[in-house]
Amino acid sequence: MAELGPVLEVLLGGLMSGVLYALVALGFVLIFKASGVFNFAQGAMVLFAALSLVRLSEWLPFPLAFLLTIVIMIAVAWAVERLVLRPLVGQHGLILFMATIGVTFFLDGFGQTIWGSNVYQLDLGIPASPWFLLENVFPGGILVSPIDVFAAAIAGSLVLALSIFFHSTKIGRALRAVADDHQAAQSVGIPLNQIWLIVWSTAGIVALVAGMAWGSKLGVQFSLSLVALKALPVLILGGLTSIPGAIVGGLVVGAGEKLAELYIGPLIGGGIEYWFAYVLALAVLLVRPQGLFGEKIIERV
Amino acid sequence: MALAAVPESPRESLTSAPPRRARRIGEVLLAVENISLRFGGVRALSNVSFDIRKGEIRAIIGPNGAGKSSMLNVINGFYHPQEGRILWKGQARARMRPHEAAKGGIARTFQNIALFKGMSTLDNIMTGRILKMRASFLEQALWIGRGRSEELRERAFVERIIDFLEISHIRHTPVGKLPYGLQKRVELARALAMEPELLLLDEPMAGMNLEEKEDMCRFVLDVNEEFGTTVALIEHDMSVVMDISDRVVVLDYGKLLADGTPEEVRNDPAVIEAYLGVSHG
Repeated sequence: MAELGPVLEVLLGGLMSGVLYALVALGFVLIFKASGVFNFAQGAMVLFAALSLVRLSEWLPFPLAFLLTIVIMIAVAWAVERLVLRPLVGQHGLILFMATIGVTFFLDGFGQTIWGSNVYQLDLGIPASPWFLLENVFPGGILVSPIDVFAAAIAGSLVLALSIFFHSTKIGRALRAVADDHQAAQSVGIPLNQIWLIVWSTAGIVALVAGMAWGSKLGVQFSLSLVALKALPVLILGGLTSIPGAIVGGLVVGAGEKLAELYIGPLIGGGIEYWFAYVLALAVLLVRPQGLFGEKIIERV
Repeated sequence: MALAAVPESPRESLTSAPPRRARRIGEVLLAVENISLRFGGVRALSNVSFDIRKGEIRAIIGPNGAGKSSMLNVINGFYHPQEGRILWKGQARARMRPHEAAKGGIARTFQNIALFKGMSTLDNIMTGRILKMRASFLEQALWIGRGRSEELRERAFVERIIDFLEISHIRHTPVGKLPYGLQKRVELARALAMEPELLLLDEPMAGMNLEEKEDMCRFVLDVNEEFGTTVALIEHDMSVVMDISDRVVVLDYGKLLADGTPEEVRNDPAVIEAYLGVSHG
């Protein structure tokens, strides 16, 4: 049995990386909630946003580069709405999903063409050396990465802001309406295209935040696009339509895979971390197909 | 209008409604002129013209596939006719999308109920007030200033509609869980919340039992009388149509077959042949 200190450290580390998964999952949830589209391009958007930020900040002050990147992500949202979603309105969900795969390849390629395909360092000015907490409780203290703490704080405020946005503004109400029924939403005066633009822009900004967190950890490079794959089990766990679900799902996956590695890993030779999340997701699918927090599909027959 | 003199329907009256309402029927609110609508090679509407006057209850009837729903979809901007024009308050209307029609004062319900199933009755009806809300994003998010006062004001307005349609007991129920008849009523409530000038109802009584139909008839009449809302409705139940409408348009195979008071339409040989004679002999 491991000492409590190291276990806590592993748990904390897991929760922190869970927050990073949640950040990516959040982008999926936003778009799925409002347009019923499973946006495969969310990972590519993370990469594109991070690349834009890191390259722009080479010749612009950081705050300016940040704002300009937000503008770029809104432009991406606009282009996707105009060129992909609008012509495909009313099509089956699977067709829209395929279209987002197309967007993924385009964004991956286009991003690296204009911004370059090297590994770029993203320095957010956060100290890289770890902090040691509770040194007087546990021998050696608990090691925490400042970047993770920063990411967790940002993610937390982002989720809070989005929850307020969805629940107490008229745009939030409009978003939920559009998610439920396109025709009815239009008939009460909600402009569909504007709503999609808002949602994709928001998802773009969430992608930027996720890109900053992941990029400062791993460096900004192509593999950022693949963090989307890590978000899939989070989505299944939390439910595709729930913002709190994305967060809780992220935390469960993050903590779960680290603890599994610690406790079950040694029994079967390790390496659990890489597939534990998917097995967990599969188990949840069998019991609760709508996810832990997803809306139960209500249908009268 | 001559309508005031239309005698009671010889059929059993569905509503205990007052004899003909002494209602003022005003000028033409909406006119469709020579509307033709095609989907590929299929003609849904051919050269259809009629008008809807302010304050009246206008029924659109016809056999299945006659183009009734297509007509409503043209009026509220879901479909765009290849030919013809639409006059709204005397002005030719530009090609219009549904949310623009809503802004212009046209509300509607759908044949196959289109509610926001995950939301409560109250939230569904509140979406009807979206166009009335002006507070800035921050004011709403932080629940300050106009954001707060406006939400409270709109809530109060919606509560009046809820009382009016007698659905206060299901205020917080997710509409997906409600029985069919009540869902129809919530849909009407949402449309009313928009304070429309023209209310389009696509088969508001379809699939209802007699009691629910009577309620719905009463609500439509009350809305028309108390708020002066102009109503255009598609309905299959002839006794309902004859009872509550001021004028009736009959469509058949996308063409206008007849247009007039219930009495005139009922006695029109072409209508009897195409419609009444067959299914309602």
